[in-house]
Amino acid sequence: MSININMKDKTISFKGSLTFENVNTYYEKLNKSKIKDINIIDLQNLELIDSSGIALIDNIIHNSVSNTTLNNVPKQIQDAIHTFSSKNISLSPPVPKTRPLEKAGELVYNAMLDLKSFVFLTSEIVILSITGIFNRKGQRKGSILQQCLLLGVDSVGIISLLSFILGFILALQSAAQLRQFGANIFVADLLAISMVREMGPMMTAIIVAGRSGSSIASEIATMKVTEEIDALKTMAINPVQYIMVPKFIAITVCMPLLVTISVSVGIIGGLTIAVTYLDLSVASFFHQLFSTLTIKDEIIGLSKSFFFAWNIVLVACFYGLKVEGGAEGVGIVTTKSVVAAIFGVIIFDAIFSLFYMI
Amino acid sequence: MNNSVIDIKNLKVQYGDNTVLHNVSASIPKNKITVILGGSGCGKTTLIKSVLKLHHPTSGSINIFGNETINLSDEDFVPYLKEVGMLFQNGALLNSISVADNVAIPLEQHTNLPKPIIDRIIRVKLELVNLSHAIHLFPSELSGGMKKRAALSRAIALDPKILFCDEPSAGLDPITSENLDNLIIKLKNQLNMTIVIVTHELASIHRIADEIIFLDKGYVLYQGTLNDAKKARIPELNRFFSVGTY
Repeated sequence: MSININMKDKTISFKGSLTFENVNTYYEKLNKSKIKDINIIDLQNLELIDSSGIALIDNIIHNSVSNTTLNNVPKQIQDAIHTFSSKNISLSPPVPKTRPLEKAGELVYNAMLDLKSFVFLTSEIVILSITGIFNRKGQRKGSILQQCLLLGVDSVGIISLLSFILGFILALQSAAQLRQFGANIFVADLLAISMVREMGPMMTAIIVAGRSGSSIASEIATMKVTEEIDALKTMAINPVQYIMVPKFIAITVCMPLLVTISVSVGIIGGLTIAVTYLDLSVASFFHQLFSTLTIKDEIIGLSKSFFFAWNIVLVACFYGLKVEGGAEGVGIVTTKSVVAAIFGVIIFDAIFSLFYMI
Repeated sequence: MNNSVIDIKNLKVQYGDNTVLHNVSASIPKNKITVILGGSGCGKTTLIKSVLKLHHPTSGSINIFGNETINLSDEDFVPYLKEVGMLFQNGALLNSISVADNVAIPLEQHTNLPKPIIDRIIRVKLELVNLSHAIHLFPSELSGGMKKRAALSRAIALDPKILFCDEPSAGLDPITSENLDNLIIKLKNQLNMTIVIVTHELASIHRIADEIIFLDKGYVLYQGTLNDAKKARIPELNRFFSVGTY
């Protein structure tokens, strides 16, 4: 196989094969020769060609300044060129580029649309959840209990473990400082306030957002991609009521319970340090803890848990329904859902902190 | 002289305790279109996936281009995969990249062709399946039939020596289906491809089949030409041709 470039006659002739194996070599050879004016491509001795070879011939013809003709083309190669030539294929118009201002406008417009659909979805879920307590029609039997098990009970283990470690660390870190001033007993105050008001609800919300929020978003997104949601609609079943309302009710019930478990186990983690490292008795620890805690602290902690829960489930449902494309889309909305839910939890926590300070 | 590119002997494939293929023996002749027929769940897709090492057979032998491949490692099987194109039942396009980029994958990964040549090949391959207008679109923006055609473009991007198509006509309108069959015939004649097709479309089978392999409940009941198949006294096969489609 070879290529012969005759600059004088403005002729290129190929011999042997012109396939994926040698097209690049010939392409580079032609580029090096800097020949721009080709009158004839002779294929008399060409025995084998594939689509890359035909693309090379098309490329030569396209770049030639004068009209190029193919000479002595064997029958089979002529048929292949007829089928695989790109000469007569018009170039599709390039995708128009968006200018920065258009991009910014599009972002704002899409954000407004998202906000609108989020508000509509939220109001629909809330209204259907309230009416759903009295009228179970449109919901699957046992779905709320099933969701309580999935979103609540199954999270107890991981929340307990992490809360114990968190309480343990909080007590350990503060013990070293408190010991210097003989203020060992105040470790109970610190644990009580931080776990009940901040760390318990926050820790639980972050775990639930990562674990249950992602599972809700991916479940709904997959259902949308595989047309399960459309199937429900064609059966005259409201997918929001059938799929999302049980999740909303279940998380509303489970979240305060999970926060209570988290706070209790976190305090036990702190108690371990108080008893073993600070030489406090169990009785004095709990006496100090209960004298510090007020009903207001409990209300703050528990009321936060409701808002965190609603934020997680609503964001997950919203992103799940927003999915586009296939498996790739499911992954994208799941990630976005978790990030947005955790962001929302922190924002709500900041609002609560400001609200209760005033 | 053996004129087959793939020889399968006594191939047995199991999923757990369920045997899908029972000692299947068949051969795929060179530069012919072989159609694999059979009812749903008879093991057609399993058979071609076993040849491509996407399933691991329990026992038997698979010979490709004269070499035993069943015991080859995935790494050693790569040269064979470069000679093969596969059109999956659902297209199996990568959703995160455009149609053009999907077709470019084998060209960029397995050749050192310059970009202008790759661009030309992509355009030609998409034009062959009437999808040149969808070059910048993403798979999620395509219909089911368009996805299948785009996937065929990707499968033939490297002009493979053997092309496997799992139900290429399913979900396509009759005109597109006929055009696809004509393209398959052109690929066979002009690029000397060997083509293996799993299909239930009787019209398509009549247009393109040189050879038929008829599977039933994991057994090969018939292998031969289409004309001989119609004359063969095999009740399951006769029923297939008399009823129309499974």
